Amino acid sequence: MKPISRVMIAIAALALLALLIVPIWRIDLQAPQYPEGLFIQIYADHFAGDVEKINGLNHYIGMATIHDEMFPEFIYLPRVLIALAAFGVLAALWGKRRGLFAGLITLSAFGLWALYDMYKWGYSYGHELDPRAAIKVEGQAYQPPLIGHKQLLNFDAWSTPDTGGWVLFGVMGLLAGVYFLELRRKKPAKPATA
Amino acid sequence: MKRPLLVTGTTLGLIAGAFLLMNSLPGCRPSRTTKSVVTGDAAARVYVKPGTHDEFYNLVSGGFSGQLAVYGLPSGRLLREVPVLSVDPESGYGYSEETKGMLTTSQGFIPWDDTHHPELSQTNGIPDGKWCFINGNNTPRIAQVDLGTFRTINIIEIPNSAGNHSSPFTTGNSEYVVAGTRFSVPMGDDASRDVPIKTYKQNFKGNVSFIHPDPETGKMSIAFQITTPGVNFDLSHAGKGPSEGWFFFSCYNTEQAYSLLEVNASQRDKDFIMAVNWKLAEQLAKDGKGKRVPGRHFSNHWNERTHSSETTVYEDVLQLDPKDHPGLLYFMPCPKSPHGCDVDPTGRFIVGSGKLAALVPVFSFEKMQAAIAEKDFEGDFAGIPVLKYESVLHGEVKKPGLGPLHTEFDDKGNAYTSFFVSSEIVKWNVESVGVLDRVPTYYSIGHLCIPGGDSQKPWGKYVIAYNKITKDRYLPTGPELAQSAQLYSIEGDKMELLLDFPTTGEPHYAQAIPADLVKPREVKFFKIEENEHPYVAKGEKDTKIERRGKEVHVWMTTIRSHFAPDNIEGVKLGDEVYFHVTNLEQDWDVPHGFAIKGAANAELLLMPGETQTLKWIPTRVGVTPMYCTDFCSALHQEMQGYVRVSPANSTVPLTALTVSVDAEM
Repeated sequence: MKPISRVMIAIAALALLALLIVPIWRIDLQAPQYPEGLFIQIYADHFAGDVEKINGLNHYIGMATIHDEMFPEFIYLPRVLIALAAFGVLAALWGKRRGLFAGLITLSAFGLWALYDMYKWGYSYGHELDPRAAIKVEGQAYQPPLIGHKQLLNFDAWSTPDTGGWVLFGVMGLLAGVYFLELRRKKPAKPATA
Repeated sequence: MKRPLLVTGTTLGLIAGAFLLMNSLPGCRPSRTTKSVVTGDAAARVYVKPGTHDEFYNLVSGGFSGQLAVYGLPSGRLLREVPVLSVDPESGYGYSEETKGMLTTSQGFIPWDDTHHPELSQTNGIPDGKWCFINGNNTPRIAQVDLGTFRTINIIEIPNSAGNHSSPFTTGNSEYVVAGTRFSVPMGDDASRDVPIKTYKQNFKGNVSFIHPDPETGKMSIAFQITTPGVNFDLSHAGKGPSEGWFFFSCYNTEQAYSLLEVNASQRDKDFIMAVNWKLAEQLAKDGKGKRVPGRHFSNHWNERTHSSETTVYEDVLQLDPKDHPGLLYFMPCPKSPHGCDVDPTGRFIVGSGKLAALVPVFSFEKMQAAIAEKDFEGDFAGIPVLKYESVLHGEVKKPGLGPLHTEFDDKGNAYTSFFVSSEIVKWNVESVGVLDRVPTYYSIGHLCIPGGDSQKPWGKYVIAYNKITKDRYLPTGPELAQSAQLYSIEGDKMELLLDFPTTGEPHYAQAIPADLVKPREVKFFKIEENEHPYVAKGEKDTKIERRGKEVHVWMTTIRSHFAPDNIEGVKLGDEVYFHVTNLEQDWDVPHGFAIKGAANAELLLMPGETQTLKWIPTRVGVTPMYCTDFCSALHQEMQGYVRVSPANSTVPLTALTVSVDAEM
């Protein structure tokens, strides 16, 4: 690969480390009684935002309360991110297209797994309700949207990537771009005979 | 026969003509309706759209309500009434075990006072939005309200004082707030205080106190008192700019009358403005020149961590006698029982308003300094030098109106004086002392207020009149009518009436400040992890009940929407039950209330993260309900509980439970 491509891969890989400090995802809630809004930010290793306030509200509808300790993800996610970054740096050093391809696949797999994991937690929080809850609405589940907007009783909920999410998408885009350019660059060198 | 008929007809015709004329021509009879003086767009200029905020906070004294009311300007909407020097059953202020101490003095618990003059704390002569001081007129005290919580956080009692009226005006960096005796009284030990009233001249003394608020906590202590001849002190203001370091007090009753003052204290042509060199006094106090004299007094502080009051008791006070320290006090003659004593924003001029005077004198600080340097005295009053009126006068506002009371200032060199008797505000130029404009007030204005209008930086957009009489201005409500304020625009050359708005209590002085200086300070709730109340329960697991002889203590919590515990048994007749209630909520605007049937005191209204204690003495056997009084959530009406009270000899064990459905099944 061209040196510039290898530098780009290294930068992309190191950019992943930003996910250790910046919020990756956020969920915003708004209701008539909360004109200022409530929000939760998901970091690699903890939640931030109005977690306690939301926990206080959840008991009406029987949703479980949210605590950092309940998520094993918060322990291994930072390690996975460091491993991914290391993988990327190694791929850059190695300088083979195969390495970049493998990195791209791993990162995409990680992204898909992260979305699935979030969906799974959202599903269980939204569906596994305390049968003694004060407010029961027939057929109503409180699963937050995976991405985008959803109405949950008096709350409007939005789920969107935060800084870290955008960095992740950016890294994936950058790697895909580099891979694409590398593919094109090689083509004229090898005349199309097939 | 015809002539009498003609005469009668003509006479009747003339009378009828005169009657018609009288009733049709304007000005021939008194008009029965108040002339409307509002201009066309007044409504739009005071309209604050729903959901938007006012531009100014207006902090208005409650007078005989003893509280401080908070309004928004220009809308005149009442935002809150802050409990200060009177009890407030709706919040439990003065009733909860923690707040009782705030209203306790050397004379015991005092549930009521009369608040007159709010004064914002200042930094570099400009209101800083940190605190608002206010005086207790009846039982001499100064209170301090924190503008982050809009709660009273300090109250200090003023010893050797009677009637704390000329208070609590501040120096430019709130180094001191002052208190002057309205009534002079005999001071000292019991024997020197137990004297015939007619010995006023020999035995009665006045004094002015300089109180130092701690810059961090606001805790107040009396730095020094200056004793004065026996007169009545009325109002005061600090010097600023060139006059920084001086304080000015109006005084009346230099006749030293002790009975029928309305006549006996109105005899002299001139009373005084007293000038105090407080920088000198401060130095004297520092050099140990004062004398500690008896003067037991309480200084009460509200600790936001323990959610409780803390009292410091002082046994004496440092006094300075001006006889021993020449240069401390000077008198400037001021016509006819001066009331308002106001210093303009440049600090060069002092305005005295003689209640019975036909003019308003403006004194020059520069001339006063020159006169002092040249010892240009006309004599002395009880040993204090009296300066010559003409030597210290800058000018007189001629024919200003009747009954001048108070003056505030704008940022363009103009003064606005209230006239009680002629019921108007008169605008005049400080430099030229010429009258520029006048508007009527409805009716009989007392104080007036311009945002920052007694500081070095007025925000000259509005002047607000606080009236003493309302008569027909509002829907009548029996013999006791609404109290009233009126908002005028002073942006143009002419003052324009924009709005009438009713007020709580009786408004005296007021302060106004741009909302932007206050809003960023607002506390939304108290952090539960910082709660250091000795009986806090930081979670439901900490709730419990304990008997200590006849005392039963309940550690209780509130959260939407239940009490823990909510079933209490084992209380007996003759017990005193202390409910220590902690509001566990940690969000803005989620208070809970706590009320129990038959409580002889009040309720508790608990802000998030706060702990307060209600004492309850059951008077009959049975099951007593308790409930939350603040509509806290959709399940507020479910927020309730029971206390079982058994006879004194009962053996029911003491229990406190919250019973869940599972446990019942």
